[in-house]
Amino acid sequence: MADAVFKTVFAGPHASIQDGGRRGLMRFGVPASGPMDRKSFALANLALGKDADAAGIEISMGGLVLDCVSGATTLAIAGGGFIVERDGARLGSWSTLPIRAGQKLTIRPGPWGSWTYLAFAGKLTATQWLGSAATHALSGFGGGKLTTGQEITITDAIQHSDAITAIACPIWARPRQHLHVVLGPQDRYFSAAALQALLTEPFYLTSAYDRMGLRLRGPSLAPDAALSIPSEAILRGSVQVSGDGVPTVLLSDHQTTGGYPKIATVLADDLDGFVQLRTNDAVAFKAITAPQAVQLARTRAAAIATVYAKVRDLAGR
Amino acid sequence: MITFRPVADHAILVDFADTLSDAAHAAVLHLDQALAARPCAGFREAIPAFVNLLVDFDPLITDHRAVETHLRGLLDHPAAATSLPAQREVLVCYDDDLAPDLASVARMTGLSTETVINAHLAGDYAVFLYGFAPGYAYLGGVPKPIQLDRKPAAVRGVAAGSVIIAGPQCLVTTLTMPTGWWIIGRSPTQILTGDPERPFLFDVGDKVRFRRITRAEFASGGGA
Repeated sequence: MADAVFKTVFAGPHASIQDGGRRGLMRFGVPASGPMDRKSFALANLALGKDADAAGIEISMGGLVLDCVSGATTLAIAGGGFIVERDGARLGSWSTLPIRAGQKLTIRPGPWGSWTYLAFAGKLTATQWLGSAATHALSGFGGGKLTTGQEITITDAIQHSDAITAIACPIWARPRQHLHVVLGPQDRYFSAAALQALLTEPFYLTSAYDRMGLRLRGPSLAPDAALSIPSEAILRGSVQVSGDGVPTVLLSDHQTTGGYPKIATVLADDLDGFVQLRTNDAVAFKAITAPQAVQLARTRAAAIATVYAKVRDLAGR
Repeated sequence: MITFRPVADHAILVDFADTLSDAAHAAVLHLDQALAARPCAGFREAIPAFVNLLVDFDPLITDHRAVETHLRGLLDHPAAATSLPAQREVLVCYDDDLAPDLASVARMTGLSTETVINAHLAGDYAVFLYGFAPGYAYLGGVPKPIQLDRKPAAVRGVAAGSVIIAGPQCLVTTLTMPTGWWIIGRSPTQILTGDPERPFLFDVGDKVRFRRITRAEFASGGGA
C-alpha cells in the first residue's frame, strides 16, 4: 500500500500529535499526556476501524489547514462542533471523508467545543518518546506540535470509499457543565464556607487554559492554613487551589507533583466533556462519595463500550 | 497515623504525616516497594512523594475499599528490607559562566565560592520525588550553610543541565525553563538517559553524590 502525504498550510497554536498516552510514568515526572477529550479521539479512530489509541492529530480552536500533496486516504474527524471544509465544500466534524492529492482540508472552530480530532486510515508517522507519540506540550517530547510547512506522512494509507459518512455524536461528547467530584484529598484545609462555595456557586472558565490545566473564576476558596503542603502527586482532574483562593483543574499535561492543596478531584470520565467548554462558560461541582464515583465510572464505561462497538461495527462494513 | 484518602473514582492517597519527616518518607518508600513487589488487581501506578503515596487504579476492576485492604495488608506484614538504595553519581562543572549564581550564593552565605562548592559536593543527597517536568528529580540533602530561600522572581531560559539549589533541595534540570532557584553549576549527566531499558537515571529513594569536573571534561560530556 502507498503513502499519503499532507503539507501543513496552517497550524494553530495547540495542534499536536497525540495517541492514547504514556501511562505509568508519573513517578518520574511524566504525565500520561494524550488527547484532552479521550472519548472523541477514540471515536475518530474507531470510525476508521483502527485501534482507539492509535496516533492522530489534536486540533484546538486555532484550527488546521492541510494540503494532500500525494496519495489518497480516508479521514475521520470527531470532537467538538468544528467547521470542516474539503476544497471549500462545507462539512461538520463527526464525519469520515475520502481525500486525495490536490485536495485541501480546512478545520476551524464552529458552534461549540474546544478540541477536535483527526484520524487517518493508515499509520501516522510520528516520533515516539517512551513508547508513545503523545505530545507533552511543555517539553515538546513525543510526536510534537504541528508547525506550518511540516509534512505529515501516512503509511499504508487506504481509501475506504468515495462516500462521506456521518459519525453519530453521542450525547456524552457534548460539553459538560456539571462535574462530579470526590472531595479531597486536602478538603480538610478548607473552611466549611469554602467547601459550600465550591458545591453551590457557579465557576467560570477563564482564558488561562492550555493542555496543563484550566483556571476557573468564581468565589475565593482560600484555604484556612497550609498555603503550601509537602509536594505530592497531582492527577488529571485534581482541583488545586493556590494561596489566593483560585482553583485550577489539572488536565492532560499536568505537573505530576505540587504543593497546593487539592480541594476536590473530578471524576475521570467527566473531564472529556469539561474540556469542550469555552472561556466564560459556567461549571457547577457536585460532590459524590468514592463508592458512588466508582459506580458511576462503571455505568458510564458500559454505555461507552456499547457505542464504541457500534462505531467499530459500522467501520467494518 | 496513616490515613487513606479517596481521590476521584480511580486513586487513593496514603498519608503518613502532614508535615515533612524522614520517618514518613521512609514509610512512603517502603510501601511503594512492597506494592511494586505485590501489586493488587487493577493497580495502574504509584507516585511516591515526601509524606504520602498515591496509588492509581482501574475502577472497572477494583475500588477504593479493596485497594485500601490490600495496602493495609502490605503495611501489617512488612516485607524484609529489600536491597539498599542505589548510589548514583552526577558530574558538575562550577565554572563561572555555567554557574551564574555561585557568587551571589557565596555573598549571601558569607562563604567563599570554593567553600560553597565544597559544601555542595559534601552533601549526601537522596531522590525524594520527581515533579514539575519529566526527569525533574528533587534531591534532598543540601548542607545547612548553603541553604537559601528561592529568589523573589524566576529567571527565564535557564539551560537544561543546570544544577540549582533552594532551601534543602537540589535539582538537575532536564529542560530549558524558568527557575527561581540558585544556579550553581552545570552537569553533563543525562537524567533522561535516552535508554529505553532505563529511561530515567534515578529511582525515587536513590542516593546521589556530586563529583566536580573540569571545563574540559564538561565539554567532552564528562570525559566518560
